[in-house]
Amino acid sequence: MSNTAGQEVTLAATGLSRRYGNNLAVDDISLDLKRGEIVGLLGPNGAGKTTTMKMITGNLAPSEGSVSICGIDLIEKPTAAKARIGYLPEVPPLYKDLRVDEYLRLAGRLHKVAKPELDRAVNRAKLRSGLSDMGRRLIGSLSKGYQQRVGIAQAIIHDPDVIILDEPTVGLDPNQIREIRALIRELGNDHSVILSTHILPEVEAICDRVQIMHRGKVVFTDAISGLRQFRGGHSLQVSLRRPPTQEDFSAAVAPARAEKVSDGVFRVISQAGQDPTDQLVRASVERDWGLYQLSPTQASVEEVFVQLTRQENTAPESAEQPASTGPDTEATT
Amino acid sequence: MIFTIAGKELRSMFTSPLAWVILAFLQFVLALIFLKQIDGFLMVQAQLARTPNAPGLTEVAIVPMFGVASMVLLMSVPLLTMRLVSEERRNQTMALLMSAPVSMTQIVLGKYLAMVVFLLLINLLISLMALSVLAGGAIDTGLLAANLVGLFLLGCSFSAIGLFISCLTTHPVVAAVLSLAVFLGLWIINIAATDPESWLHLLSLLKHFEGFMNGSVAVTDLIYFGLLSVTFIILSIRRLDSDRLHA
Repeated sequence: MSNTAGQEVTLAATGLSRRYGNNLAVDDISLDLKRGEIVGLLGPNGAGKTTTMKMITGNLAPSEGSVSICGIDLIEKPTAAKARIGYLPEVPPLYKDLRVDEYLRLAGRLHKVAKPELDRAVNRAKLRSGLSDMGRRLIGSLSKGYQQRVGIAQAIIHDPDVIILDEPTVGLDPNQIREIRALIRELGNDHSVILSTHILPEVEAICDRVQIMHRGKVVFTDAISGLRQFRGGHSLQVSLRRPPTQEDFSAAVAPARAEKVSDGVFRVISQAGQDPTDQLVRASVERDWGLYQLSPTQASVEEVFVQLTRQENTAPESAEQPASTGPDTEATT
Repeated sequence: MIFTIAGKELRSMFTSPLAWVILAFLQFVLALIFLKQIDGFLMVQAQLARTPNAPGLTEVAIVPMFGVASMVLLMSVPLLTMRLVSEERRNQTMALLMSAPVSMTQIVLGKYLAMVVFLLLINLLISLMALSVLAGGAIDTGLLAANLVGLFLLGCSFSAIGLFISCLTTHPVVAAVLSLAVFLGLWIINIAATDPESWLHLLSLLKHFEGFMNGSVAVTDLIYFGLLSVTFIILSIRRLDSDRLHA
C-alpha cells in the first residue's frame, strides 16, 4: 500500500484558495492523490480542512485554483467529475425519516448507479460498512455510530475513485473507531482516500501520507515515517529512582539532548542513527540512579504537530485583530 | 435524475402527516361547500328553470369550490414548500445533493416537480368530487376544465415562489410566513389601485385567477402564471448556485 510510486493520479488540486469576505480561509493549497493511497489532512480546528474538502467535492467553488478528478476538471464538467467522488461531510447528510435501505437506494440513484446494479451496490455498501442487519431500520432511530456508518456507506455506494471523509470517527466509541479505521484501510486498497481529523493516532494508524494544515496553509506534507523523523530522531522516556541534576544527566547522555519531564523523569531525544540506550544504562548502573523504566515515546507525531502549529500561533499576529486598522489591506494578502 | 429527487421529496412529504392533513382538510372544506351549494341549487331549481340564461349547477356548486380551494392552496402551499430547501440546509443534507453528479437545475426542478405532482393530486380529488354530479345530472365540462387549469397554474406559481423563498433561509417557519405574506400581497395587490386601468391589476393573482373561474382561458393569464413560475424557478437555481460561490 505504501508502494504507490508511479501509479495513476486520481485527484489533483492545484493552488486552491478560498476567501470568505476578507478572511482567507484556505491559502494556495495543492494536493495530489494516487490510487490506493490514504492521505490524512491534519490540523487544529479552523485550519481550513473542511473548506478544502468542500472545494474538492464541488460543494464550494474555490476563489482560485483548480481541481481535477481522474483528469476531469471539476469546474468545467462538474457532473462527470462528481460521479467519481464519494463524500462524507462533517455532519453526515442523512434523511432521518428514511430507512437505511431507502436512503442508500436514493444515494445510489443520485450517484447514477444503474437500476439493475442498485440492489447489489446497496448490499455491498451495507456489508462493507457493517450495516447488513440494519436495512429496515429508520436512520433517525440508529445510534450515532451507526449513523456515521450509513454516512460512509453513502459515500462508497457508487464505487468512487476518490473517497473524501471529513472527521469520520468523531463521536464514536473505541470499538467503532477501530472498525471504521479497518474499513478505511480496506477502502484504501483500491480507492484513494482523503480523511481529515485532529486525532493524531488516527493518522498514524491509517494514513500513508499526511498533510498538516494551519491557518489555511499546508505547513507540512510527507509520508508518516517522515513525520516521525521530522523532529530529528527518536525519543526515549527515562524514569529514575534517584535522579541526578539535569546537568549531570545531560552530560551522561551527550550528544543526545535531554529534557526534564517531571521529578525523576527525563526525555532523551537523539538523532537518527544514534542510540543512547547503552550509554544511559551504563551511566545509571555506575552512578546508582536506580533506573526502573525506559520506554520509547509514542507522542512524536503529536510533538511535531504542536511544534508546527504553535510556532505560528506565537508569531505576532495581533495586528490582524483590531477592527480599527486600515480597511481591507491585511488578511487578503 | 429529476424524478429521483421528486420521488424523494414526495416520499418525505407523505411520510410526515402534513400532506395528509392538508389533503383531508381541503377535502372536508370542499365537501361542505359543495353540499351546501347543491342544497341551495335544488331549492331554487324550479325558479331557475323559468329564468332565461340562469346559472347552471356548475356555476352554482362547482365554481365556488374552486374559490375556496384557491384560498386553501394559498395557505397550505407555504407549509409544503417551506421545507424544500431550508430544511435540507438546516439538517445539512444539502451536501448529499450537492456532491452527487446532479446539476443545480435538476435539484430545483426535481423539488418543483414534487410540488406539481402534489397539485395534480389535489386537482384530481376536486375533479372527482365535481364529476360525482354526473351520477344524477349534467355539468359544464368546459367550465370545470377551465377552473382546473386555473387552480393548477395558481398552485404552480405559489410553489415556484415558495420554493424560491425556501432557498433564502435556513428556518422553515420563516420561509412559510414569508411565503404566506408574499402570496397574500400578490393576491390582493390590486386593492391598492383605485384606477380600474392601473397596472397593479396586472400583478394581482386574484385578477388572473378570476378569468379561469369565469370559464375563460386567456393567453395573458397563461403567460402571467407561466412567467411567474419560470422566473422564480430560475431565481431559485441562481440562489442555490450563489450558495456554492459565496456562502
